[in-house]
Amino acid sequence: MPAMNMLQALNSAMDVLLDKHPETVIFGEDSGYFGGVFGATQGLQKKYGLDRVFDAPINEAAIAAMAIGMAAKGLKPIAEIQFADYIFPAFDQIISEMSRLRYRSAGQFVSPVVVRSPWGGGIRGGQTHSMSPEAFFTHIPGVKVAVPSNPYDAKGMLIAASEGDDPVIFFEPKRIYNGPFDGVPDAPLSSWAKHPKGEVPEGHYRVELGKAEIVREGEACTVVTYGTLVHVAVNAAEKAGIDAEIIDLKTLAPYDIETIVASVNKTGRVVVAHEAPRTSGFGAELAAQIQEECFYALEAPVFRLTGWDTPYPHAHEWAYFPGQARFIRALQTVTEAR
Amino acid sequence: MAARQSASSKSTSRTRKPSGPGADTYIGWYRDMLLIRRFEEKAGQLYGMGLIAGFCHLYIGQEAVVVGVQSALREGDQVITGYRDHGHMLATGMTANGVMAELTGREGGYSRGKGGSMHMFSREKQFFGGHGIVGAQVSLGTGLAFANAYREDGKVCATYFGDGAANQGQVYESFNMAKIWNLPVVYIIENNQYAMGTSVKRSSSETHLFKRGVSFNIPGEEVDGMDVNAVYEAAKKAVEHARSGKGPYILEMKTYRYRGHSMSDPAKYRTRDEVNEYREHKDPIDLAKKRILDNKFASEDELKAMEKEIKKIVQESAEFAQSSPEPDPSELYTDVLIEA
Ligand SMILES: Cc1ncc(C[n+]2csc(CCOP(=O)(O)OP(=O)(O)O)c2C)c(N)n1
Ligand SMILES: [Mg+2]
Repeated sequence: MPAMNMLQALNSAMDVLLDKHPETVIFGEDSGYFGGVFGATQGLQKKYGLDRVFDAPINEAAIAAMAIGMAAKGLKPIAEIQFADYIFPAFDQIISEMSRLRYRSAGQFVSPVVVRSPWGGGIRGGQTHSMSPEAFFTHIPGVKVAVPSNPYDAKGMLIAASEGDDPVIFFEPKRIYNGPFDGVPDAPLSSWAKHPKGEVPEGHYRVELGKAEIVREGEACTVVTYGTLVHVAVNAAEKAGIDAEIIDLKTLAPYDIETIVASVNKTGRVVVAHEAPRTSGFGAELAAQIQEECFYALEAPVFRLTGWDTPYPHAHEWAYFPGQARFIRALQTVTEAR
Repeated sequence: MAARQSASSKSTSRTRKPSGPGADTYIGWYRDMLLIRRFEEKAGQLYGMGLIAGFCHLYIGQEAVVVGVQSALREGDQVITGYRDHGHMLATGMTANGVMAELTGREGGYSRGKGGSMHMFSREKQFFGGHGIVGAQVSLGTGLAFANAYREDGKVCATYFGDGAANQGQVYESFNMAKIWNLPVVYIIENNQYAMGTSVKRSSSETHLFKRGVSFNIPGEEVDGMDVNAVYEAAKKAVEHARSGKGPYILEMKTYRYRGHSMSDPAKYRTRDEVNEYREHKDPIDLAKKRILDNKFASEDELKAMEKEIKKIVQESAEFAQSSPEPDPSELYTDVLIEA
């Protein structure tokens, strides 16, 4: 199997979708001719033509809205929002139209749109290139929210998302597009070629949404996280010598509570982690659900490791981002609590 | 609204000799453009050295636009723009030190390290940012213009945006409101022909962006944005129009950025020849220099001395931006809401 980085894997997914399904169309700002600012759609316009892979003006609201219209008539649009920080002009259309079309037409019409968007921090991008706005979207009944953490999943999940019949907000952790990140700032980039999940089949396969994966087994505590922080968590556990079980959630809505409950019932201790601000972050949902379902198994309070309740900072990014040092402290806190 | 009518009657416009710009004006423009150019080159270097984090968009090539417009404004007029903002700040008189130190995320930066390249402000200079969200500043600038009219203070808001931003929906919502209420705003579209990797012809059904106000009854004009004098003349007319209570005005500045969209853009979507054509034959600074020398406004030696002085300002700003301390980590949590 060829080694791919996340961008190549996403590109391969779209290639497969375009090839297999004549209904697939791909568009977004700089997505066509230029091939996307990170190169995710590179070469696709050339291969499939201007009708199927094309540039949109800087019009997030209408990009989302037109995708809904296309999808309602049976197309399978994959729309790119250049950075998750720029999704907010499209927010109204996603909430008011995309998420509710199935419900309010009693199933006569659906809007199976995939909105792809580079997401998350750790790239020194400051407040308008670093956000993790997933919790705004997990709060909307009627859309799925996915965050892959490696090339294999990125490809399989994007194919599953587009072949499904529901709208999916597909956030791509851009910090790990080119290689996994251990949470130590300025450490040299490691390569996906050395990671087992960097091996990606060329053809069609699916990684179904809604299933979490235990990426590291352990007994001392459970870590529930997604995206870039999956790798930070694994490295922190190894570095600290803590026998943590690490769950890569992969899909946030709907999320795989069974896998979480089974793990927490075993370990009794849990860290939920994300980059987004703490208050009303997705970790709040996880913590609430864990205490409802595992209350009598818990041996320590659920620990939320998150960004702070501030805009994403320009200076002091690493005081904000839950990097390796903060992760190790979190693991120690939950495992040492008596 | 009575507010706006009396705002117009109060305003007086600066009259200028009909003979074209004099020596001082031209030399001032040249100096301001050169400062921006050298500042941006230095910022590019610091970025390359890893001293500037994140996204950094250079203004090189477009200097005549902001310098020409600024000289048509009066003290107290507002300026607002997008993320390609270093030139606008220097043109309003914000210091090279304060801007450079914000790029490096230091205490001495205009936003004390909180904003970075794209998000800087100066109350003193009435510079309202520095906005990373494409198009957002157009509506904000229209709101500033509303406040000018409401306060009857005769101020005008210069609202800059790019050819790409010109397609955002909120731009047209704002145009309409600006004309309904005849707000004192000048919309300056910096048409450098590309929005990141997408050329105007690939993104716009009407590529003459000065016509974008037609259905709102907003006058518009195309301007050679590489010629600082042409920019000044057009801006003067537009600013007077706005200040006199006649409402918004659109100036489409035909310009060009020499560098990539941001520091991380190899700019493969255009040819070397296209870039060189502008650099070599249409450069705004070369053009101003030629006019100065042709008219004997200054000698080569005088311009050299000026260059040296600018080099020093820029060098100092680079040193300041590295020696100014990082903000205290507690700054992370301040200015989110009013402090209790
Ligand atoms: C709402 C929003 N969408 C997308 C982006 C990403 N983006 C940043 S700059 C840019 C191109 C803007 O081009 P233009 O308005 O022509 O300005 P220029 O860069 O040429 O100065 C894009 C798409 C953004 N910052 N904000
Ligand atoms: Mg442009």
